[in-house]
Amino acid sequence: MASSTESNVKGENSQVSYKKVINTKTVRVLQNKKHANDIFDIIEYLQSEKDKEIIFASNACSKIFCQLFSRGDLYVGDLPEEEDLVNDDRSAEEKYRIFMRHRYSSCVELLLENIGHKAFQVKETSLCALMKFVAAEGKHPLQNLDEHFNFPRELLQTVVEHLLSEKEDMSLLISRFQEFLEMDDVRYYVMSSVRDNIYRVMARNKKAVIPVYQNNVFTLLSTINVPSEASKLKKFLVKQDYKLEEWKVAKPKEHKRAFEQMWLVFLKFKLPSNMYKKILVILHDSIMPQMSDPTLLIDFLSAAYDIGGAISLLSLNGLFILIHEHNLDYPDFYKKLYGLLDPSIFHVKYRARFFHLVNIFLSSTHLPAYLVAAFVKRFARLSLTAPPTSLLILLPFICNLIRRHPSCRVLIHRPCTAEEPCDDPYVMEEEDPAQCHALESSLWEIKTLQKHYHPDVAKAAMKINEPLTEQEDDISELLELSTFQLMERELKAERKTIPLEFDTPTELLKSSREVLGVHFSLE
Amino acid sequence: MMRKQQTFSRGLSDKVRKSKAAPEIQKNPFEVKINRKKFDVLGRKSKHDVGLPGVSRSRAIQKRKETLLKEFRLKDKNNKFIDRRFGEYDSKLTPEEKILQRFTLERQRTQDRKDLYNLNEEEELTHYGQSLAEMEKMTDVIDSDSDSEEKGLLSAELTATHFGGGGGLLRKKSAGDDEEEHKPRSRQELIEELIIKSKQEKRERQTQKEEAQELTEKLDQDWRSIQNLLAHKTPKAERKDETDKPKLDQYDMMVRELGFEMKAQPSEKLKSAEELAREERHRLQTLEADRLKRMMGDAEEEAGQTNTHISADDMNDGFMLDGDDRKTLAYKDGKWNIEGEEEEKEEEEDEEGGEEEEDDGDDAEGQDEEEEDEDDEGHCDLQSDEGSEDEDGQSTEEEQECAEEPPAVIEEQKKAVQEAARAELPYTFPAPESYSDLKQLLQDHESEQQCVILDRTLKCHHPSLAAGNKAKLQKLFGFLLEYVGDLATQNPPDLKTVSALIPQICGLCQMFPEAACKAVQTLLSDSGHSMEETLEVKGRAPMPDLDMLVLLKIAALLFPSSDFRHPVMTPAFLYISQALTRCAVVSLEDVCKGLILCCLALEFVSLSQRIFPELLNFLLGLLHLSVSDKHNTGYTVVSPFRRQGKNCDLLVLKDPSVSHSWNRKPISLQTAHRVTAQSPVERDHFRLSLIDSCLDLVKRCTSLYKDLPSYAHIFQPIRALLLKHLPVEGYPAPLQDLHREILDAIPEKPSQHAPLVFKKKKPIPLKLFTPKIVQILDYGKKRGNTKEEKEHERLKHKYKREFKGALREIRKDTRFLAHEKLNDVMSRDAERKRKVKELYGSLATQEGEWKALKRKNRK
Repeated sequence: MASSTESNVKGENSQVSYKKVINTKTVRVLQNKKHANDIFDIIEYLQSEKDKEIIFASNACSKIFCQLFSRGDLYVGDLPEEEDLVNDDRSAEEKYRIFMRHRYSSCVELLLENIGHKAFQVKETSLCALMKFVAAEGKHPLQNLDEHFNFPRELLQTVVEHLLSEKEDMSLLISRFQEFLEMDDVRYYVMSSVRDNIYRVMARNKKAVIPVYQNNVFTLLSTINVPSEASKLKKFLVKQDYKLEEWKVAKPKEHKRAFEQMWLVFLKFKLPSNMYKKILVILHDSIMPQMSDPTLLIDFLSAAYDIGGAISLLSLNGLFILIHEHNLDYPDFYKKLYGLLDPSIFHVKYRARFFHLVNIFLSSTHLPAYLVAAFVKRFARLSLTAPPTSLLILLPFICNLIRRHPSCRVLIHRPCTAEEPCDDPYVMEEEDPAQCHALESSLWEIKTLQKHYHPDVAKAAMKINEPLTEQEDDISELLELSTFQLMERELKAERKTIPLEFDTPTELLKSSREVLGVHFSLE
Repeated sequence: MMRKQQTFSRGLSDKVRKSKAAPEIQKNPFEVKINRKKFDVLGRKSKHDVGLPGVSRSRAIQKRKETLLKEFRLKDKNNKFIDRRFGEYDSKLTPEEKILQRFTLERQRTQDRKDLYNLNEEEELTHYGQSLAEMEKMTDVIDSDSDSEEKGLLSAELTATHFGGGGGLLRKKSAGDDEEEHKPRSRQELIEELIIKSKQEKRERQTQKEEAQELTEKLDQDWRSIQNLLAHKTPKAERKDETDKPKLDQYDMMVRELGFEMKAQPSEKLKSAEELAREERHRLQTLEADRLKRMMGDAEEEAGQTNTHISADDMNDGFMLDGDDRKTLAYKDGKWNIEGEEEEKEEEEDEEGGEEEEDDGDDAEGQDEEEEDEDDEGHCDLQSDEGSEDEDGQSTEEEQECAEEPPAVIEEQKKAVQEAARAELPYTFPAPESYSDLKQLLQDHESEQQCVILDRTLKCHHPSLAAGNKAKLQKLFGFLLEYVGDLATQNPPDLKTVSALIPQICGLCQMFPEAACKAVQTLLSDSGHSMEETLEVKGRAPMPDLDMLVLLKIAALLFPSSDFRHPVMTPAFLYISQALTRCAVVSLEDVCKGLILCCLALEFVSLSQRIFPELLNFLLGLLHLSVSDKHNTGYTVVSPFRRQGKNCDLLVLKDPSVSHSWNRKPISLQTAHRVTAQSPVERDHFRLSLIDSCLDLVKRCTSLYKDLPSYAHIFQPIRALLLKHLPVEGYPAPLQDLHREILDAIPEKPSQHAPLVFKKKKPIPLKLFTPKIVQILDYGKKRGNTKEEKEHERLKHKYKREFKGALREIRKDTRFLAHEKLNDVMSRDAERKRKVKELYGSLATQEGEWKALKRKNRK
């Protein structure tokens, strides 16, 4: 065609020329029905090699078809096959509309394909064009369905389908899509289409884990926020004229339900372990409050709790909310919590959150003494492998527990059998806190930590030498302490004297207590 | 008589005033007034219970008479001083102008003199009213000595006439002259005679004096004329001539000389080697005790109290490093030469001619030797004694075997090389202002030369030499650390130089502990910060590089790691902890670095025996790397290690048979930078070395921590690993031995311990009812609670009292004055009346006389 030959003439001309061509053809298509065939050329640009041409063509397409929508130049109703048109006896006007409608659907297809394009700009413009079509279609429905409210659900569904790619990380585009999710109706239909999409995709993949897809879904889901009040549901992409109250989209309850169903469907399937962490981190403050019935999450949470490690730690938070606010009865909760305690809890990223929760769980004064003693003893035993930042939380925490439960004081003060050495009756391997004989033991571990290299830790451990004060220590500000902060604290402290080593060294690897020099040499 | 009368008239009260505590008055009930007290307060002494109103009133009146009355009498009668100088009260004139004006006025006044046209005569200058010109003339002539001699002498006659009264003289004279002249002379004549006589005497004296003056002048002139001839005579001889002292007895002189001769000062006894050793031991003991105290954390509180910092190397002999300006011993032309400023001058000269010197080597060498001896004195002699005979092969072996011996290996050649190095270098160096300066200074030299350069720089810029040197050297420490870091990060790292620079770094640190502390702290904090940042961004950080490891090692050399809390070592501990828990171990280099960190950590805690959980975790993790079958472990490894996954087989031997060819030797620190071993066998050997070190560290840990209550629990995971999982069978014999030793050291069952009890508290003493003592500033009503309020109230009260008192005094004054005025008026009136009466009386007598005369006439 003319445009292609023109564009091949010269490289530098092409940039200007394709714009000119598209612009003139757009104008011609819109001005006169005679030039309707020019639409082919424009649509062809959507398949171009060059990103800029695609972008420009996409914009032109959206302009053309939006105009056609408003003019009513697109055929309404079930679309007849294009081949039949030739021997059909429709009016020219109608034929034109059918023709345009076909071009529209091919354009939409190309745009959907472009969502999977390499360049982000192309993706973005395609998505925007499609969303414009969604809005236009909503205003001027292509089907005559009076009883139903007009919303181009099919189109939106296909858009969502392409967004939730199985091969590519679409998080950038999804964050762009977030803008449209502010519209209440778009959000509602996106939620329902996501739900359907998950069902379909997971069924197709036989419930196996698809990390990329699930990651995309998670990115999309986590951007969705349901408004809490009905009054706010006024922001619609497609304006409905009548019976607004009856429209599902206008009811916040329906939104909540859709939101809940969407999440439940997503959580129903097996997830990669890092996805568990991601979900659990946001679960308690951005998912649970928006659900109509959070107790439905119990399956997911107990499954996560049983996985072990960091995931269990994280699921504690959700469980806590369920137990605390939704009256959930969780059998052997403390036993499981006890089982969670192993050396790795001091090294995970979510240490602060875990201690915060454990502090809450064990804050009840109605817990039996054996249980608290078991926890205290186990923490003490684990403290032998903990870094100083954790120890600075742990030691005051243990002291707090003993303060709260005076019957556990025997752990640090057992005067009757004093002077008689005995074995440690505590059984570390026992999983049941009732059977571990913690209450008969003493906290020799804390005694050991009195010789810790960090002065603050040693001081904190020294506290068990004397009766504890009444006032509990506040551990909340210690929770987020990092090693570097500890270092800085030491570095900034004003010190008057700086003691020096009095043995003057003569060489690098020669000192009174040399260890490095024994194993290593300079050469 | 008059005086006596007056005293009587003064009355009783005045008498009391004069003799203050006249007891009869104090007892006189009419004089005494008793101030009745309302109630008695025990222990309070009141001044005012008994008063003597009469006495005090008379005292007051007397005082007024002396002061107020006098003032009153002199009122309007005093002179007033009015300053009539020009412009004195003119505020418009500036002082300069004023002075100028006054000066011109003065000149004008002198111009108006009568002898205006007498050109010769200048204004006459005076001093104490005497002409200065006169005085100048007099100085030549008058000898003050002669005057003073005569001043005290008065002739007997003169005194007799002046003081003895006329009668005496008269009598004497008359007695003497009676026979000669037989004619009594009148007093007038006698006095005249006396005057003439004294005048004559005076004249005679004057002429005599003038003659003497002339004579001395003449003598002087004569002397001057012959002085030239005697020019070469010593002044001593001159003095001898002049002062005609008696010759001193030789014996006396000797005695005196002996008396004044300095007694031999008791010098400090030379200490024997034994004593020196004991002293040294004592010093070390005190330092060690101090260290232990700090280790226990007791010193933390005390540190605030001690104001003066005592260096760890202080010998308690009051010797201050800052004041160190000992003169160094040097030789010149085969003689001792004590150089002080000379040396400095020389150095300065050298600085200027530094470049020249390098060219003409021969010349410089001669001088160099002087310098060299100063530098070497400390240790080179020792070393040369011991090390000169050693041969190359022997020495290296020895070094390995006995690390305690002082570095005994410096061969003659090496020494020669050093000497050559010294010879090449200039003596003075500018203190580096920036790191690049230092680098330029040191870069292209051998390590020995670098040491010499640094030594010389330190000497040139010793703080006692100039004011700015302290800051320069403090900066130098930071640069040196940076330089050391650079050396360690080079490829390959130049650790020998680092090692050689240690004495210099240490010396600087001893000089400026604060600056050194700051510098090390900065480096630690920077590195820690960057590690934290990478951790936040990536989740894992790489192991610290060799420069940080070297820095940590240097820090351990400079500062005591056993302190309970130390501004450098505590952060260093935390840094190691951070590195051992958060840094990923992905290669053999990382394993090597981790092992170095473990060694350092163990070194840090070896004296204080503090527990370092991260160290044990890391060692466990390292051993875990050598376990091939990772299932079913009876232990848990923690961050940064994982039970399974990538990089978990770093230390598993690829070919177990290589263990036969392995032999133990120290690992090079450079491998932390890059493992040099390439072939699989070499790599396996390297692995074995690493495992060997690791096991040895574990063994050291077991002996270090064996007294801890939780000893068995701490080592339980390691024991489980060693017992069941470590493939010991494939390891060489030394490793197997180590393995067995460790297992023997860790008990299977935890040891028994007494249950914990609280420390016995001191019994709380009973409450004692000691009275609370409050300071009372003033008696009377107390208002206000705080100290300020009380003070305010007190002052207010005082002011009020003073005000009242002043008012009373004023009232009394006015009454007194009024009384005086009235008295004046009364006395004036009385006088007038008396005079009037007198007049009347005289008139009456006149009248009477006149009447009588009239009557007479009539008769």
